[in-house]
Amino acid sequence: MTLSGWGKTAPTLTRVVEASLPGISESISGQVSIPRGLGRAYGDCAVNGGGTTVLMTRINNFEFRDGFVDAAGGASLDSILQTIIPHGWFIPVTPGTRFVTVGGAIAADVHGKNHHCDGSFSQHVEFIDLLLASGEVRRVGPSDQLFWATAGGMGLTGIILKARIKLLKIESSLISTLTFRAANLDELMDLMKVYDGMYRYSVAWVDSLARGRSLGRGVVSFGNHATVAELNGYAKDELLDARFPRSISAPNHVPNSFLNKKTIRAFNEFWYRKNLNRQKITFESIVSYFYPLDGVDRWNQIYGNRGFVQYQFVVPDESGEVVRVILERLAQEQVPSFLTVLKRFGRESDGYLSFPTSGWTMAIDIPTDVAGLGKMLDEFDSLLLDGGGRVYLAKDSRVRRDRLALMYPKLSKFAEMRVVVDPDRKFQSNLSRRLGL
Amino acid sequence: MIDGLGAVQSVLLVGGSSEIGLAIVDEIARFDRLERVVLAGRSPEASQVALREKYPHVQVESLTLDLAQPLTVEQQVRAIWGAGIDVTILAAGFLAKEPGGLFGSLVLLESGLVNFVGQMIVGTTAIELMKGQGQGVLVVLSSVAVERPRVENFVYGSTKGGLDMWANGVADLLAGTPIRVMVVRPGMVRTRMSNHLREVPMTCGKEEVARVVGKNLIRGPVVVWVPGKLRWVMAVLRHLPRPIFRKLASRGWKSQGAR
Repeated sequence: MTLSGWGKTAPTLTRVVEASLPGISESISGQVSIPRGLGRAYGDCAVNGGGTTVLMTRINNFEFRDGFVDAAGGASLDSILQTIIPHGWFIPVTPGTRFVTVGGAIAADVHGKNHHCDGSFSQHVEFIDLLLASGEVRRVGPSDQLFWATAGGMGLTGIILKARIKLLKIESSLISTLTFRAANLDELMDLMKVYDGMYRYSVAWVDSLARGRSLGRGVVSFGNHATVAELNGYAKDELLDARFPRSISAPNHVPNSFLNKKTIRAFNEFWYRKNLNRQKITFESIVSYFYPLDGVDRWNQIYGNRGFVQYQFVVPDESGEVVRVILERLAQEQVPSFLTVLKRFGRESDGYLSFPTSGWTMAIDIPTDVAGLGKMLDEFDSLLLDGGGRVYLAKDSRVRRDRLALMYPKLSKFAEMRVVVDPDRKFQSNLSRRLGL
Repeated sequence: MIDGLGAVQSVLLVGGSSEIGLAIVDEIARFDRLERVVLAGRSPEASQVALREKYPHVQVESLTLDLAQPLTVEQQVRAIWGAGIDVTILAAGFLAKEPGGLFGSLVLLESGLVNFVGQMIVGTTAIELMKGQGQGVLVVLSSVAVERPRVENFVYGSTKGGLDMWANGVADLLAGTPIRVMVVRPGMVRTRMSNHLREVPMTCGKEEVARVVGKNLIRGPVVVWVPGKLRWVMAVLRHLPRPIFRKLASRGWKSQGAR
């Protein structure tokens, strides 16, 4: 079967096995394999060319109790949310899609719009049951080194069979949001610095094609879970509503030229101007606030068959200028990015390969056929290295191998742990072979 | 591995001293991901030394491979494959030094084995190994000479034509899989092999061939022409009445000794 990441780049032939319990140990025995959840990682971390890719989505049961959930590795955040929200609980950290599995969320140590307050996903995990290459199932928690090798470890330490996740108490399923339109990057960054302390969630959309005095203009949104007191007038059944609307499907065949400079410039102009008021307070549903892209099923199709990369990086606060330099270059080259998002990160986790670290993070979607893209992203990597930054492995499909150790100083600890738990390299992916992990 | 932007980490060049093949390696190296090159041929050592000097960070290996001994090439290719090869380039070519005429049996045998049979076996082996690793690209250097035989090079053209046909068939067989076959049909290219021939219209440099290969390496048509307009020129020439084509060919391509 041919598989690729969400970005649809570098497709690969792989033997696909649907894991089930019991029997998962037997299905991977003697095979070089990698676990895969719902396939939302953009690059090549959940594809094992020539080997076995273990689909985990059938092992999807979970048990909810007040305050935490014990979930199988293949359980999706979507199904968990639909169960826990009506009881007044929420996932403590959620990425921009609810169609990820618990195993995937831990393996990528995903972050959300609340990283500046709550850190990454693994910081809310009490334990993981990990199927090791030897066939042994080991329970590890935050006091174990193997736990921190697994959090952000891209599935290379073993298969996450189960995890206990601490939940967040909420009074409603609505988000009280404050939205600003910012005329340029300085304004945008200043707003985020000022309001991040008052809001649990924050994120900014950036018009990557704007130049000159408008460079980095965008729309920044802050949010908190709305309280009952704030929602005076809402019916009781509206307060904890987990009826998610059905997605519409992206067409199967979209021409490569659909997303180009002109269409994206028009979209950016519309999105920026749509926020007529410079400041706006609203209540939004969980779906529209956290998961707007989930509204279109298989939205990655809109890039056509050329695919796309998402370049996501983080730089420390003192290197915030790197964000400006990269935006200037994108605007100068008029790189058509459909989605460019800026966010602030808080304290990093102890994950050896965990991506988030305190500072600014930016994610940029770029079609692969932009001329000179490889060279340009390599130049961006150089800027990151000079500024103490790094790229996100769950999004990556192209970083140079020799730069990884410079970006991730705990890489050697990860390698040492892999030698201990998987000396024969039974867990491999295209990413691990490409980067020599 | 082939990365998300189509940059590759390892290359096997069959015809290890082929100027066009080495130009393609240079083009691939521009993407700054190249880690391993295997040069396979009768005596690839000189190219190996030059490539090591040019790319000190790349592991450059040589493999003595005689395509005229086709029974051993499969085993040799499997032995050097190692952790995997992303791109295999079939660039070997044998052009008899005395143009015209029917040639002797040994020359015909060598032409057939080097230009066709040997490379077909290497290509088949490479594709089987690429299936095992899940992805890969096979680049086959063909020639416009496969379009219509000329008196000056019909032995070369017919043997290359066999390889070209095989590659086109394999490309169809593998359509829809992550294993890609690209057939490159350049016109006359300025190399040592052609420097005794008079330059004809649309002659190009090896760098131009390499650029076209680099651009189409991961995605694009199965057959690429260099320069691109040769496709349309050859479409016309293919249908010319034989006496007219013969006359044209003898005027345009007649050997003139050294240029």
